[in-house]
Amino acid sequence: MSKTDHAIHQINQLNTLAGRNQWMNQIHPLVKFVLTIVYIVTTVSFPKYDVIGLLGMMVYPLALFMLADLSFRDSLHRLRIVLPLVCLIGVLNPLFDHNVIMVGQTQVSAGLLSMVTLILKGIFCVFASYLLIATTTIEKICYALRLLHVPKIMVNQFLLTYRYITLLLAEVSRITQAYSLRAPKQKGIHFKVWGSLVGQLLLRSIDRADTVYESMQLRGFCGEFQYVGEKSRMKAGDVLFLLVWLAVFVLFRTYPVLLLVGNLMT
Amino acid sequence: MHMADALVVPAVAGTMYACSAVAAGYSVRKVRQENDPKKIPVMGVMGAFVFATQMINFTIPGTGSSGHLCGGMLLSALLGPYAGFLTMIGVLLIQCFLFADGGILALGCNIWNMAFYGCFVGALLIWKPMMRRGMSKAKIIAASILGCVLTLQMGAFSVTLETLASGVTELPFGTFVATMQPIHLAIGLVEGLITAAVLVFVYEARPELLYANAQESAQRARFSFKKTIAILAAAAAFIGGVLSLAASAYPDGLEWSIERLTGATEIDAAGTAYETAEAIQETTSLLPDYAFKNSDTLLGTTFSGIVGAMVVAGVCVAACLIFKFFKNRKKPEGIA
Repeated sequence: MSKTDHAIHQINQLNTLAGRNQWMNQIHPLVKFVLTIVYIVTTVSFPKYDVIGLLGMMVYPLALFMLADLSFRDSLHRLRIVLPLVCLIGVLNPLFDHNVIMVGQTQVSAGLLSMVTLILKGIFCVFASYLLIATTTIEKICYALRLLHVPKIMVNQFLLTYRYITLLLAEVSRITQAYSLRAPKQKGIHFKVWGSLVGQLLLRSIDRADTVYESMQLRGFCGEFQYVGEKSRMKAGDVLFLLVWLAVFVLFRTYPVLLLVGNLMT
Repeated sequence: MHMADALVVPAVAGTMYACSAVAAGYSVRKVRQENDPKKIPVMGVMGAFVFATQMINFTIPGTGSSGHLCGGMLLSALLGPYAGFLTMIGVLLIQCFLFADGGILALGCNIWNMAFYGCFVGALLIWKPMMRRGMSKAKIIAASILGCVLTLQMGAFSVTLETLASGVTELPFGTFVATMQPIHLAIGLVEGLITAAVLVFVYEARPELLYANAQESAQRARFSFKKTIAILAAAAAFIGGVLSLAASAYPDGLEWSIERLTGATEIDAAGTAYETAEAIQETTSLLPDYAFKNSDTLLGTTFSGIVGAMVVAGVCVAACLIFKFFKNRKKPEGIA
């Protein structure tokens, strides 16, 4: 599968997941958005040697993967972009940080601990953003952004970009496929046609934007899209969901819950 | 160059969010001021275009590798800095949400590192000044390469600073910078060449689409400097020469007032001083009473109008030159 086809597949897959009639998908988008931000902020705020404290933050993705009936394996695929960079930076920490930290009775390299926390933070944050996007449609995220007073221009532009991505990706896929059929055994686009190949697509896209604008006007566009069918109101269950998770984040950030539970059990 | 959430701490992320929010707020205001409702769909489609074309691999001649398009510089050259910046934010949001390319918390950093430098620095400090005196293929290529290299270098340097300020890496500053900058120099060069190729194509096919060229075309659409001067001169000749034929035969306001008081349009002054002055005026005046000397014909009045216009223009130009001459002479003295 080519890069563009893979991207289209990924978008369609996320659309299908977010469009499911599932309990987690029905939670107010603002609640999920705020929770995701708070979770990420809490996760990255852990000290760089606090591996055990940070491990406690796994409860959120763990619980939500189960509650939302999401495949954990599919989410691992999203780590392919983040993990290499994070690992590259993290793997150098043991080389430069030669301090030693006592964990119980054992001496552990501080650089190693900071490397582990960095990788864990990277993984948890990717999971959190996946949980948001897999249970919330882009329209609902736009609605949440508008509720947070993000300017209309930015939200509209974001939504339009999202809607046209699939279309343009398909067009790019067709162009590159046609090119590769005419130029076999070439790794990419030859430099002689760099300008004309993309330029043609660019001009077509600009003309398409004009058509889009005319269509929008004909359908009575007055400056704002209807992001969700009806303005969804926050229910008591949504507020409870938010408060419970906020309490969990505070608890895990403030107390070494994993250690306390471990001590209780042993 | 997309930063992950794990690479920043909340303080750094918050600071960068604030900086990016200021730039976004300013851009929103500027785009609103333009009051062009067509801009939003263009921005949306262009955002999707940049995202889609970044999937294309461009073969780098002589190497086995490939490069990608530089979104920031391309958008700046097509939409201008403000609309380009907002479009880039949309692209980064899509990359972050849909493809986990860059984190939600690190979005402020990514906007700053890629969109701000690419659009604001790229458009306002590189593209616009270089295109001020007209556009050409060579200038587009130079601006694209310079813009991509410079903005990518700035972005890479910011990544280094943000990561180090977050304290997530033990890498020394020097090592980090020495790793980041050269890689992005090569990337910038390749991205610059690809962007240049696309922009040159647009310049040849639809030059009016390019930012800064629209203003230039508007100026060109009016008149060149030489044409303007020629038309002004013709207008002066027309007004002085032809319209003076229609000059009122009746006395003007001052003459009318004097006439009401004395019964004549001019006051007869007596005395040596007045007589001497009148003699001088009669001798020096080329066209007494707006006509040839001792002539009261139509041609005489027309000629006097044209000559008058030329003399007035000449005096104006001379006065300006004298003023500039003395001003330029005064300046160094003032500084010294």
